Amino acid sequence: MTALVEVEKLTVAFGGTTVVRDVALRVDPGECVAIVGESGSGKSVTARTLLGLTGDGADVRAETFRVDGEDATFHTERQWRAIRGARIGFVLQDALQSLDPLRPVGREVAETLRLHGLLPRKEARARAVELLRAVGVPEPELRATQYPHELSGGLRQRALIASAIAADPPLLIADEPTTALDVTVQAQILDLLEARRRTGTALLLISHDLAVVSRLADRVLVMKDGEVVEEGATADVLDRPGHPYTRTLLAAVPDGTTRGTRLSAAGRAAPRPPREPGDVVLEARDLTKRFGDRTAVDAVSFTLRAGETLGLVGESGSGKTTLARLVLGLLDPDGGEAAVDGRPWGELTAKERRALRRHVQVVYQDPLGSFDPRWNVRRVLHEALEVGDVPKRDRDARAAALLDQVGLPAATLDRRPRTLSGGQRQRVAIARALAPGPRVLVCDEPVSALDVSVQAQVLDLLADLRDELGMAYLFVSHHLGVVQHVSDRVAVMKDGVIVETGPVADVFAAPRAAYTRALLAAIPRIEPSRTSLEATT
Amino acid sequence: MRARRVAVRAGTSVLVLWGALTLAFAALHLTPGATVDAIIGSTTVGPQVRQQIIDDYGLDRSIPAQYASYLGHVVTGDLGRSYQLHEPVTAAIGARIGPSLQLTLAAVGLAAVTATTLALLTARRSRVVRGLASGTELAGVSIPVFWAGILLLTVFSFQLGWFPAAGDDDLRALVLPAVAVAIPLTTMLAQVLREGLERVLDEPFVLTARARGMGDAAVRLRHALRHAALPAITLLGWMLGMLIGGLVVTETVFSRQGVGQLMLGAVAGKDLPVVMGVVLLTATVYVVVNIVLDLVYLAVDPRLRTTA
Repeated sequence: MTALVEVEKLTVAFGGTTVVRDVALRVDPGECVAIVGESGSGKSVTARTLLGLTGDGADVRAETFRVDGEDATFHTERQWRAIRGARIGFVLQDALQSLDPLRPVGREVAETLRLHGLLPRKEARARAVELLRAVGVPEPELRATQYPHELSGGLRQRALIASAIAADPPLLIADEPTTALDVTVQAQILDLLEARRRTGTALLLISHDLAVVSRLADRVLVMKDGEVVEEGATADVLDRPGHPYTRTLLAAVPDGTTRGTRLSAAGRAAPRPPREPGDVVLEARDLTKRFGDRTAVDAVSFTLRAGETLGLVGESGSGKTTLARLVLGLLDPDGGEAAVDGRPWGELTAKERRALRRHVQVVYQDPLGSFDPRWNVRRVLHEALEVGDVPKRDRDARAAALLDQVGLPAATLDRRPRTLSGGQRQRVAIARALAPGPRVLVCDEPVSALDVSVQAQVLDLLADLRDELGMAYLFVSHHLGVVQHVSDRVAVMKDGVIVETGPVADVFAAPRAAYTRALLAAIPRIEPSRTSLEATT
Repeated sequence: MRARRVAVRAGTSVLVLWGALTLAFAALHLTPGATVDAIIGSTTVGPQVRQQIIDDYGLDRSIPAQYASYLGHVVTGDLGRSYQLHEPVTAAIGARIGPSLQLTLAAVGLAAVTATTLALLTARRSRVVRGLASGTELAGVSIPVFWAGILLLTVFSFQLGWFPAAGDDDLRALVLPAVAVAIPLTTMLAQVLREGLERVLDEPFVLTARARGMGDAAVRLRHALRHAALPAITLLGWMLGMLIGGLVVTETVFSRQGVGQLMLGAVAGKDLPVVMGVVLLTATVYVVVNIVLDLVYLAVDPRLRTTA
């Protein structure tokens, strides 16, 4: 059988830096192969190279480089263009940026057909509507005329897939196709990819998420620092990981089974001591917030005790972030109240509010956006210490102590946020939140932008700090595994309402609300025995 | 909602025009020298004639009274009579706006086309090409318009004789001044466009378009250019407004009877009605251009069309 793509000893370098080294990869017709790795592993560069789109200034070498059985080592741009879209379809993550925001989505879908001269303009337009219908876009005639910003994330991703499969390529490469999506939408997109595969299209999945991959892939390649460290049938790799890195990756995935333990390699053996919740430090009573005629948060009540973690889960638009802002006193509620240490925000003067702020601090998803890029870490921490009334002469020492507490060397003080890695930045953000000595920490998707191994370290750090300092966490996340791992109690939010709340073990084991059940069912889980099961039935 | 927006827009436009007039009025009355002396000019007249002129023009009234009467006339479309040219301001401007408008549009159009071509050809190219382009652009921005004008005249008019050296009644006479004015405009626009293009060419949707099999030229033309055009359109609008009354140097070098020349004479001679007329014209051009720009933005970027 002729492989759709076949590379051996593929090496890619950008200006002397080798980002992919000696990679061998083969995708046969109808097969689903996955490349798993964290940022910087070279997985995306490998995928783009297969389309001849490595990028400007790339030095690509390979002993074998065949597409459709033809040697592609010396393919001209014209030859590559005949392959792209027609022989290999390509789906990128986050369709808001991967579809041209200035053009209707129907035209983006039709573009593939026009480029390969498959259909004249008018028929291409009609075919685009059909393609949108085929990928499960409701009202495709209307949607084809709309722009990406008018579509939900799931619909955009479907439209992007429609444009990639328009010319019916035998191979579809999907680079993190579900990363930006909510878990229920992610499940739908994975279903769509699976359906596509059943019709005979081969898939090459690029992902950082082993669980997403385990559902679809026949074979998995694990990449680290530009090299394939492990390769094999999905079940084998997940059941019996041969390489230490694969084992680290698998162990770092947070879920119910990891509760009360460490995720990162350091000190894994020691389970956490049991904790006793203290006084109520945060209370929400019938909190309500409207934007126009939309009710973003609807009569939400909860309490949070010192040393306790309340996980708040929900999909985008469920009102979790609005609720967090109400609790932080950054938004005024239209009804109800939020109280920190028994003091409701609404009853305080502006001065008293400022004084109370130091007791509730926040860590956001993207620390880069919440740092002034011109400030170094020292200035960032000094500002936060000023809020905590730390005298000027003590600030340097305190800043260094805070960095030590979050596991960063004191030399980090002179670095700027941009020169730090994602994990280091999130540690600085945590140090900044700790600086004024808060009693409550609101964590708004604090690990969503991080790789799974870094996520494991940051989650461990947060748990250590909670145990050490007796802080309470309101932990907001769309990631159910993360919430299950860190939380004592969980509140499930949908359309501004808390539909279910209770101890984590109860909610995850026996969900009462239909929505919670749907959420839990949609989580992709690592299913090592899937392939062997299918083989027996 | 839409009606409300239009009303607000119209209201602010009127405010801008009124503000421009008021500022110009104040500035002229703050400069030293009596207006009556400017009207009399270098001829010697007796006190009787002098008084007659003061009465005719209402120059003995208080400044607020003069201001009020001026505004009243403007509202009815009467911009007054020029002190020096002895003709209505509307007629004076009307006679000269043609050449200015022609030159402005020709220069801006030329700049837009050249800059777009240059930017499309040089964005994301090799270091040599980009270095050459930005070097040329730096030179282009630095060349004073009068110097470029004189150079063009020397070569293409005096030596080669391809184009006339002066005048404004022939389209051939438009070529050299338009090129001279367009040089700095082109380089400014090309820089903005190229920066925009290079930013857009990094976007994931450009990669997606290439992954569909689209060629480089088509990616630039069909996807990237429209994104890069948004900031360039803003710059283009500013150029139109700036040029209409700001072509003094070019009009002098090429002996064109335009609004810039008119303005220069009027300011030097304290010809209050003409100055005010040109100010009003420039402000009107800015207001109109900005309204048109807002509509162009809507046409280019569907994300702005949300009617909330």
